[in-house]
Amino acid sequence: MDYKEIIASYADKPGGIIEAFHAVQSQLSYLPREVIAEAAQVFKIPVSEAYGVASFYSMFSIEARGKNIIRICESAPCHVAGAAEVVQALERELGIFMGESTADGLFALEFTECVGQCQSTPVITVNGEPYLDVNAATIPQILAKYR
Amino acid sequence: MAEEMRIVLRNYGKIDPLKIEDYIAQGGYKALEKARSMSQQDLIAEVKISNLRGRGGAGFNCGQKWSFAYGAKSDVKYVVCNADEGEPGTYKDRLIMENDPQALLEGMSICAYAIGAKQGYIYCRGEYPQVIDILDKAIEQATAKGVLGDFNIEVRSGAGAYVCGEETALIESIEGSRGEPRFKPPYPPSQGLWGKPTIVNNVETFANLPAILENGADWYASIGVASYPGTKVFTLTGDINNRTFFEVPTNTTIRELIYKFGGGIPAGKKFKAVQIGGTSGAFIPESQLDTPVAFDNMSAIGATLGSGAVFVLDETRDIVDVAARIAGFFEHESCGKCAPCREGTARIAEIMENINDGFGDLSDLALLKKLGRVMSVSCLCGLGQAAPAPVITTIEHFLADYQAKIL
Amino acid sequence: MINLTIDGINVSVPEGSTILQAAREVGIYLPTLCWHPDQAVKANCRVCVCKVEGNRLLQAGCSTPVTEGMVVKTKTPQVIEARRTILELILSNHPQDCLNCIRNQNCELQDLANEYMIRDNPFELKVRGYDLDRSTPSIVRDQDKCILCRRCIDACSVTQSVFALGVEGRGVDSMVVPTMGLPLMESPCVLCGQCIHACPVGAIYENEQIDEFLAAVADPDKIVVTQIAPAIRLAIGEEVGMNTGELPMEVFVTGLRQVGFDHVLHTNFTADLTILEEGNELLTRLKEGGTLPMFTSCSPGWINFCETFYPDLLDNLSTCKSPQQMFGALVKTYWAEKMGVDPAKIYSVSIMPCTAKKYEASRPEMNSSGYQDVDLVLTTREIGRLFRMSGMDFNQLPPSDFDSWMGKYTGAAVIFGATGGVMEAALRTVYEVVTEQELKDVNFTGVRGMEGIKEAAVDLNGTEVKVAIAHGLSNARKLMDQVRDGASPYHFIEIMACPGGCVGGGGQPITKANKKRAERIEAIYVEDEGMPIRKSHENPEVKIIYDEFLHEPLGHKSHELLHTHYHAKNKKYL
Repeated sequence: MDYKEIIASYADKPGGIIEAFHAVQSQLSYLPREVIAEAAQVFKIPVSEAYGVASFYSMFSIEARGKNIIRICESAPCHVAGAAEVVQALERELGIFMGESTADGLFALEFTECVGQCQSTPVITVNGEPYLDVNAATIPQILAKYR
Repeated sequence: MAEEMRIVLRNYGKIDPLKIEDYIAQGGYKALEKARSMSQQDLIAEVKISNLRGRGGAGFNCGQKWSFAYGAKSDVKYVVCNADEGEPGTYKDRLIMENDPQALLEGMSICAYAIGAKQGYIYCRGEYPQVIDILDKAIEQATAKGVLGDFNIEVRSGAGAYVCGEETALIESIEGSRGEPRFKPPYPPSQGLWGKPTIVNNVETFANLPAILENGADWYASIGVASYPGTKVFTLTGDINNRTFFEVPTNTTIRELIYKFGGGIPAGKKFKAVQIGGTSGAFIPESQLDTPVAFDNMSAIGATLGSGAVFVLDETRDIVDVAARIAGFFEHESCGKCAPCREGTARIAEIMENINDGFGDLSDLALLKKLGRVMSVSCLCGLGQAAPAPVITTIEHFLADYQAKIL
Repeated sequence: MINLTIDGINVSVPEGSTILQAAREVGIYLPTLCWHPDQAVKANCRVCVCKVEGNRLLQAGCSTPVTEGMVVKTKTPQVIEARRTILELILSNHPQDCLNCIRNQNCELQDLANEYMIRDNPFELKVRGYDLDRSTPSIVRDQDKCILCRRCIDACSVTQSVFALGVEGRGVDSMVVPTMGLPLMESPCVLCGQCIHACPVGAIYENEQIDEFLAAVADPDKIVVTQIAPAIRLAIGEEVGMNTGELPMEVFVTGLRQVGFDHVLHTNFTADLTILEEGNELLTRLKEGGTLPMFTSCSPGWINFCETFYPDLLDNLSTCKSPQQMFGALVKTYWAEKMGVDPAKIYSVSIMPCTAKKYEASRPEMNSSGYQDVDLVLTTREIGRLFRMSGMDFNQLPPSDFDSWMGKYTGAAVIFGATGGVMEAALRTVYEVVTEQELKDVNFTGVRGMEGIKEAAVDLNGTEVKVAIAHGLSNARKLMDQVRDGASPYHFIEIMACPGGCVGGGGQPITKANKKRAERIEAIYVEDEGMPIRKSHENPEVKIIYDEFLHEPLGHKSHELLHTHYHAKNKKYL
């Protein structure tokens, strides 16, 4: 489905712009300006408002980024469990820094705050799927799934 | 001596959460039937008598809140479940939704009947896509079975904003706006979602209702501490042997949680501090461990029951570093609407980073305390009001740790 | 009525009143930043917090309704500490360049910093480091100074329904930005400048062009001519310490000569001219079945709005240029001829209550004279600064007259500055032209006042002409949607972009409340009342220009110099 069809499918949901953004983002991995403008039209709000919504939430990105979004939890429980080492390992593996995307467009590295898997810290998610008790050793096989 | 007692998690591990027949076989939806046989006033009175108080952090009397919405005159009313669960260290609501979603639906339906609502929303955080799937399936099954009657439930997704755990910010988010809290009054039970009377309750709060209706308000009110009866699900993280969850009556003490249920501190280390209630909770030293976990008891020691997260730190932990990380959390999560929080959380984070990196001085501590005093009473919502607490309580109880970094 | 005490003083107010309102009843003025008398309560600055007995949390005065027996304290040590700390926080994220700032001495943050004696800010100064947005000819944005009160967004969305401003991002990184984070010129902004009035600080302001003016004055080869808009005189006094309407016109003229204008003429002359052209255009459309309803076209903010949001209705617009632009075309042709001066040397400056006019003057098609018709537009505020720089006491300056050929005007021109004024002026002339009878009572009071949308019907020899007036673009939108739906009952619609009409224009002295707009409107009708001639077609200089130069309304010369075309703006994101 192209992004216009996706957005249109949420038109009857009052306030459904966030659902629509999630749906488009699961395909495009970010929210291009055209998508924001289309959503504004469909949900009958000014573009400035739709842009305000898109830029408010951590899970949305208005800038292009890698296809597979790796998010490392940095909240206090994961922080004390060794999130910093996981960060270093991922930066090393992928050759990019936090906040960047790989040149081949395959991965984006971001921080996230708590994702609610605190029984198994440190935790990362890839495209929303949680990976538990992560450490430097387990990173390569996690990434392999997405290459 | 408290034992684990499962009320909201009574079906955990005993049923297939994706089979409504399992839930019904366990007696599911009998409570809703009973509720619907009562008058709305009687039902609300029953919930009031049980003294069930909100399990999301605010601790407001559930029945009391419902009575405001019931009394509000409107054709349209809403029941909203706060499943945003953004509090670091907390995953109790995920446990309930993943393992017994029907309990949540039944609880919401009981509320809907009580206040006269036909539409409900579960606002589930965007970081839980698997949970959203489960909820969608559960609703599908409940609808097909006809148990919800004329009450419709829809799942809405969050998108990564801790502030959306605040009820008015959550409402703004369902409405498709930026998740920025509204000033109160008006309160949601009189003017909430799309301006209509709305009840916003936490997952765990709703999940208690079927048992309360089945076993009676008096039964519930007699469990745990009278001012905050029932059970609470706690999730233990950090330096703890049993990094898992427990549901215990509210008269359990913190010490019991950590040592009896939690199995104590790993590798024979000594206890240093525990942060209860989530990332805006107070850091509690050893001297206060015999406090019962109930809401008012915690308030009395300047702490919060909050979401029930139990984050334990052992003697080796750099508590200033932990507090600095938490300060960074609040800077990131502040919605930015009100000046003291927007600027204050950033300043706290900046000062804590300085101290943590060894560039702080004593005047920084005075400045942090000033920010704490001001933000805790003047910010627009609970996020800003509570944000300074981890820093302030660690300065209070662990001043030596700060001094070590400063001097 | 609710009874409560504030700082020990008893006060009784209607139910639903806020603490802020109740306090004012007893002379206690809570400090505010995000609160605005004409906008919805925001409660985001938290500066107005007070102690209410029984509440642990401080309560915002602007948003908290009073309750029976409430005990409010507005000056406890805790409250004072909270207010000062919040101010310190805001100030520490705000450039400390008051001396250079355009809002120096007229800034709400500066006032509060003074009142609360913020001497040593314990927070280290951090300036965000944005570039200025100078993308439009009219308005400049300085995001470094924004205090995120959101009053500008309210003005742009609720009052003007343009929605060119919004909030981007979250937390300390959030910022007020134009649509999609683009430069203002690429947003739907219509340059009306209402955001400037709403802004409590210097985060958004007019494009100041004083240096260009001074350079022109200093250039011996330039003949610097000015035209003054009808809304200026009554407001300019506010810039030099006088009351609204207090500065006499002739003294104003002297002041203008003193700051360097070689010739002082009046836009009111072309306002009268506009009535002749536009009145006849309306009659033609009525007679010949032209596009109706016809809209007035003197408000460039409104023109920008029509070109942006209603490009399908451009044919409804009168083809008349605004009085400013008619003047510009004529001063370098007709007036130059009459005065025997080389039009190439004329530097034509207009003094306007308007920010959009800076853009209007620069529209490429505004060159019918063979030169850029209007070289420079200065707002009331800019002239105010020039006056203050020259240190004149307007109570002592002697009066002087306007210069000839384009300096005489009638009461009908004066009222252009108020909402409903163009309509009333037009009716005064159209009535006499159609009925060929004298209009005994020139006062069409039904079209006057601050009501958002007004309507009236006039009987012209048996034909009923229905008219409507809207001011503020949200009100305009209602009429426009009606036209678009084919359901408009009107023949003629006056639209002013700014609430109150030009008296509330984006270039006027910073206007903090609609009350002030209403005051200025009153002054306008007083001025009109006192004019010897009150109908545009009786302006002797207008008669002369038709006799000698234009020959007839809507004639060939008029079309060449006094009429124009519009085009869809095609803004990318609305």
